[in-house]
Amino acid sequence: MLNDKDRIFKNLYNDLGWDIDSAISQGDWAQTKDLISKGKDWIIKEIKDSELRGRGGAGFPTGLKLSFAPKEVNSRPHYLVINADESEPGTCKDRDLLRFEPQKLIEGCLVTSYAISAHTCYIYIRGEYIREGQAIQKAIKQAYEKNFLGKNACGSGWDLDIYLHYGAGAYICGEETALLESLEGKKGLPRLKPPFPALVGLYGCPTIVNNVETIAVVPTILRRGAKWFASLGKPKNTGTKIFCISGDVNYPCNVEEEMGISLKDLIEKHAGGVIGGWNNLQAVIPGGSSMPLLPKSVCETITMDFDSLIRVKSGLGTAGIIVINKDQDIIRCIARIARFYKHESCGQCTPCREGCGWMWRMLERMADGEANYKEIDLLYDVTKQIEGHTICAFGEGAAWPVQGLLRHFRKEIEKKSHEEPLIKKKSNIPYLIDQHLLEEDSA
Amino acid sequence: MSIKKISKVQPESFEFSKDNLQEVENEIKKYPNDRKASAVLALLNLVQKQHNNWIPLAAIKHVAGLLDIPYMQVYEVSTFYSMFNLSPVGKYFVQVCTTTPCMIRGAKKIVDVCKKNISRNQNELSENKLCSWVEVECLGACVNAPMMQINQDYFEDLDENKTEEIIQTLLEDRLPTPGSAKNRKNTSPEKGKTTLLEVKNA
Repeated sequence: MLNDKDRIFKNLYNDLGWDIDSAISQGDWAQTKDLISKGKDWIIKEIKDSELRGRGGAGFPTGLKLSFAPKEVNSRPHYLVINADESEPGTCKDRDLLRFEPQKLIEGCLVTSYAISAHTCYIYIRGEYIREGQAIQKAIKQAYEKNFLGKNACGSGWDLDIYLHYGAGAYICGEETALLESLEGKKGLPRLKPPFPALVGLYGCPTIVNNVETIAVVPTILRRGAKWFASLGKPKNTGTKIFCISGDVNYPCNVEEEMGISLKDLIEKHAGGVIGGWNNLQAVIPGGSSMPLLPKSVCETITMDFDSLIRVKSGLGTAGIIVINKDQDIIRCIARIARFYKHESCGQCTPCREGCGWMWRMLERMADGEANYKEIDLLYDVTKQIEGHTICAFGEGAAWPVQGLLRHFRKEIEKKSHEEPLIKKKSNIPYLIDQHLLEEDSA
Repeated sequence: MSIKKISKVQPESFEFSKDNLQEVENEIKKYPNDRKASAVLALLNLVQKQHNNWIPLAAIKHVAGLLDIPYMQVYEVSTFYSMFNLSPVGKYFVQVCTTTPCMIRGAKKIVDVCKKNISRNQNELSENKLCSWVEVECLGACVNAPMMQINQDYFEDLDENKTEEIIQTLLEDRLPTPGSAKNRKNTSPEKGKTTLLEVKNA
């Protein structure tokens, strides 16, 4: 278990107060000027050496991302955008950071903005987080009053302005290009990539988009050194991470732990165990609703880091752990997730817009026991038609949980699907436009 | 994508109040001079604040004029984002999260309490016209499930009795104290912290 002295977010539960003076007494804003005076290359190299991976879900190496920003600023200014549009079901870590550790985020904004030569930083916060927005706005104001922001921020010679931008309740705006569209005052429809935001982003200018947690850990990494951060966790999966444990556990909570901690430890030690005991565990969704679930057999031994979870065909995502015990109807749980995706699809790409509703309706019927066994294969096929056929990763996020259910709980669905199929003979009804390509007869 | 009902009864005109016009200016100042359109979400939020939590069509026109963008663009935005109400809602607007983490911990019971005490269907006003409720997707407080949002505040760790109590208070035209119903400290484990034990309360 991680030592308290190695935890980055000491005020996670607001024991110490979140105002700027408390933050300074906890060590924020210490020698920020010196860190910046070591230069852009040093900052980026240090982050690269720490092997920090983005905390927003995809786990992209942060140092590498920062190095994508053009070295020289031409006619187009650079921007840093903080993605605080946290809406992944099961995830509520950024909320605590915005409320209780705002100065870490603001300091991180300053250092990172300097490293990518940005003078303007936007924090895109989800619209429902009104109180959290008020907290961070107050924190920004306090930082301005201490001259930590604005002209010659913190005596570093760098000018930085931070603005808060509220979203309005669209999950898709957590996707970085949709977020930029939304920042420009449009509907949040993801853009085609390339060009990537690092070259053509907000207002067509080079833009780096990062998650709150990623940026908030940067100052501590620079202060304590990349070596310290890299010594925690596992190779390529370094550092600490805030885990959100929700669902069927006795004491749901947020907790900062080392990457690569075992899932069982997290649930038993921090969340008070599964309701009804460990043997009552049915499945765990390890990384927010987009990630495929893990059956109990895998949960026994799995460790929580990006690469281990990919090996069992899931992912760490945002580290929002949803525990489901045997009292729950697993099909109903995934059907509810499918409904979430149906509601949140932006409607730009046909496979996702139509497919998400399709998956939801089929899963609801399966949960009601009104489906037939043939539909199980059809459902799998629909997920495959969505996955990889959309502009953004929402398609995968919607398809994966259903695939996970089919992979591990197919028997449960079969048991419930009593209805006789309408056409009993094995048939190949063309139900999607490119079905004919698969049929042998038409070859 | 959700379907939005646009109210049939619409006020003839909408103007920002003097204070809010100042706010509008502050919001526009956040963005580069030729990028005023960026402020559209903030302005629509302000409209909701001023106009009983919903956006009339006249306000959409007004916002489009202030930002020099087509009416259609503002209309598009206001129908796309789920937080914008295009028909009247209650003075106390109750949003119950029912996504999987809340569902597992009993959000259905919370919905039932709303049905019983506020109105049979969502988006309908209560008998005394003060309150309305709606089922929403994840509000991002999953470790404090089940939860609901009333106007600006989160009410967490709910159960049936507590929810009923909260709603009765609303129906009496008072806003109850937000936060955890179990008096637990933010997102720490209910039984007591397992980490940061050396950190003393300030």
